[in-house]
Amino acid sequence: MSATDDSPGGSSALDATPSAYQEVQRSPEFVSLRRRWRGFIFTMSAVFLGWFLVYVLLSDFAHGVVDTRIGGTNFTVGLVLGLLQFVSTFVIATLYVRFANKNLDDDAEALKRRVEENL
Amino acid sequence: MSTQIGSPALNIGIFALFVVVTLLIVYRVSRASNTASDYYAAGSSFTGPQNGIAISGDYLSAASFLGIAGAIAVNGYDGFLYSIGFLVAWLTALLLVAELLRNVGRFTMGDVLSFRMRQRPVRAAAAVSTLLVSFFYLLAQMAGAGGLISLLLGVKNTPGTPFDGQSLVIAVVGILMVIYVLYGGMRGTTWVQIIKAGLLVVGAAVMTVWVLGLYGFNLSGLLGSAVENTGKQLLDAGNQYGRTLTTKLDFLSLALALVLGTAGLPHILMRFYTVPTAKEARRSVQWAIWIIGIFYLFTLVIGYGAAALLPRGTLTSANVNDAAPLLAFQIGGTLLLGIIAAIAFATILAVVAGLTITAAASFAHDIYANVMKEGNPEPGMEVKVARRTALVVGIVAIVGGILANGQNIAFLVALAFAVAASANLPTLLYSLFWKRFNTTGALFSIYGGLAICILLIIFSPVVSGGPTSIFGEATDFSIFPLQNPGLVSIPLSFLLGIVGTYIGSREPVNEAKFSEMEVRSMTGAGASAAVDH
Repeated sequence: MSATDDSPGGSSALDATPSAYQEVQRSPEFVSLRRRWRGFIFTMSAVFLGWFLVYVLLSDFAHGVVDTRIGGTNFTVGLVLGLLQFVSTFVIATLYVRFANKNLDDDAEALKRRVEENL
Repeated sequence: MSTQIGSPALNIGIFALFVVVTLLIVYRVSRASNTASDYYAAGSSFTGPQNGIAISGDYLSAASFLGIAGAIAVNGYDGFLYSIGFLVAWLTALLLVAELLRNVGRFTMGDVLSFRMRQRPVRAAAAVSTLLVSFFYLLAQMAGAGGLISLLLGVKNTPGTPFDGQSLVIAVVGILMVIYVLYGGMRGTTWVQIIKAGLLVVGAAVMTVWVLGLYGFNLSGLLGSAVENTGKQLLDAGNQYGRTLTTKLDFLSLALALVLGTAGLPHILMRFYTVPTAKEARRSVQWAIWIIGIFYLFTLVIGYGAAALLPRGTLTSANVNDAAPLLAFQIGGTLLLGIIAAIAFATILAVVAGLTITAAASFAHDIYANVMKEGNPEPGMEVKVARRTALVVGIVAIVGGILANGQNIAFLVALAFAVAASANLPTLLYSLFWKRFNTTGALFSIYGGLAICILLIIFSPVVSGGPTSIFGEATDFSIFPLQNPGLVSIPLSFLLGIVGTYIGSREPVNEAKFSEMEVRSMTGAGASAAVDH
């Protein structure tokens, strides 16, 4: 019930069999999983952070752009860009969940079983 | 804030109904939660959607609901940044943190940070940071309760008398929260969050549809009316932050703290342990993103609606947090105000309960069980310590809330986000993704981030030298120009993590432990087995 089994060096059982994790970590399947997974999350993180920064910098330093009214309405370019931040957040979240369900989960599950068999 | 509107008896009645219903539920769901796993993480028995709703309940605090609606009503477009930052931030949590944290840790942020480091110093640092962030957040919620009370319950604060009606209500909120946490543990607290999130979203939806209906569902018409009614250019950028380069940098600083803070908030991180697997953690965030996003779209309408419909001059910088309840009264009269008021109280109560269990878990699990007892506490003692800690946190929250009553709420919340983004997020990301990161690096980024944040805040215009400062305009020791420290403290904390890692590089990298962490974080191996202890 305590977390002592999580402590480094705290549990001799894990120290005695470090190879179960290390073997899997070195396996081509794990390397491939890590590459696909990191490729996706790092790219998406760069995209959403960059796009958020663009929005903030425009709102901050380009009032001429964001205050522009669209058509004959009271909607401004800034408001639309802000609403697009909502849209992009929903889209990226959905894309990631789909990607992970489809391309990551089965491989991760197989690797997990491989580790737990050898623990 | 001086005018009292609506019917206090009705407001109290609806709120009391919420309290009775949630207490009954807490009573029904709470088993003898005497194992740590049950008390801190509800036995990891919630589903992704349930946890997603509970996360929304935890995240949509009084600052989100009352604060953002008010910021938009008074500052228009600039207030919109809060909702965008608070929402986009969830992608950091979804992509980089949630699943890994779920797979590696069990109860606290310290579980993950200390996984491959020297246990005692890193756990102590993680707990210090958790307690500080939770404390600032807690104070903001309690202080918010005080302001709301004077408007809604007709209980006025007489200056100079600490034990008046408002203090009494703050104390009642504190005591209720302690009861939830003591008896309900994480399971009870989670159900309180779920009920509260449902009420909050439905309440905001009703107001949104109502306001839009008054304008024939013509959003453009509503926006135009907001400008016309207030005589302010609420659709243009820069009302609050546009005047000087300093305020523009402040806008940037706030944006950075918001977008990077969420994934470092301990009470949010802890919620990922209430689900059984990383996949469910992923579903939790997916649900939370949709609920939180839709809610913030509602606050946009509510904020501009308050600007368009409240008589000119009703809202000032002094009562900006009252925009949503005042609007409810304006459109729906006493009954709608009573409902929105009760929801706002429920919000404060639920968020405070979530913060308390986080602080209690961090103290009992990180400090007591792992630092003081070196990972071998007597059976059952850890949860006992957690319950006692919750009691202490409750008392601190009541006293702090009474003292902080009337303080600037946004400042306290922004401070919590800045500290979370500076001290917690860099340390989390480095330990998950950077193999060479070591104990010294972790201590540098946590303590360095904390120290920089707090120093910059102390010497900022928030504390002294400005018209809205804590010490007023007369006392001026502000040498740092920005209200929010994020722009400086976040990059510096990331840098400190690197510097510390190189300074401590004689400490060998624990290869085996790093392999274990990386494989566990991505596959969930070993995590399920550990839960059965």
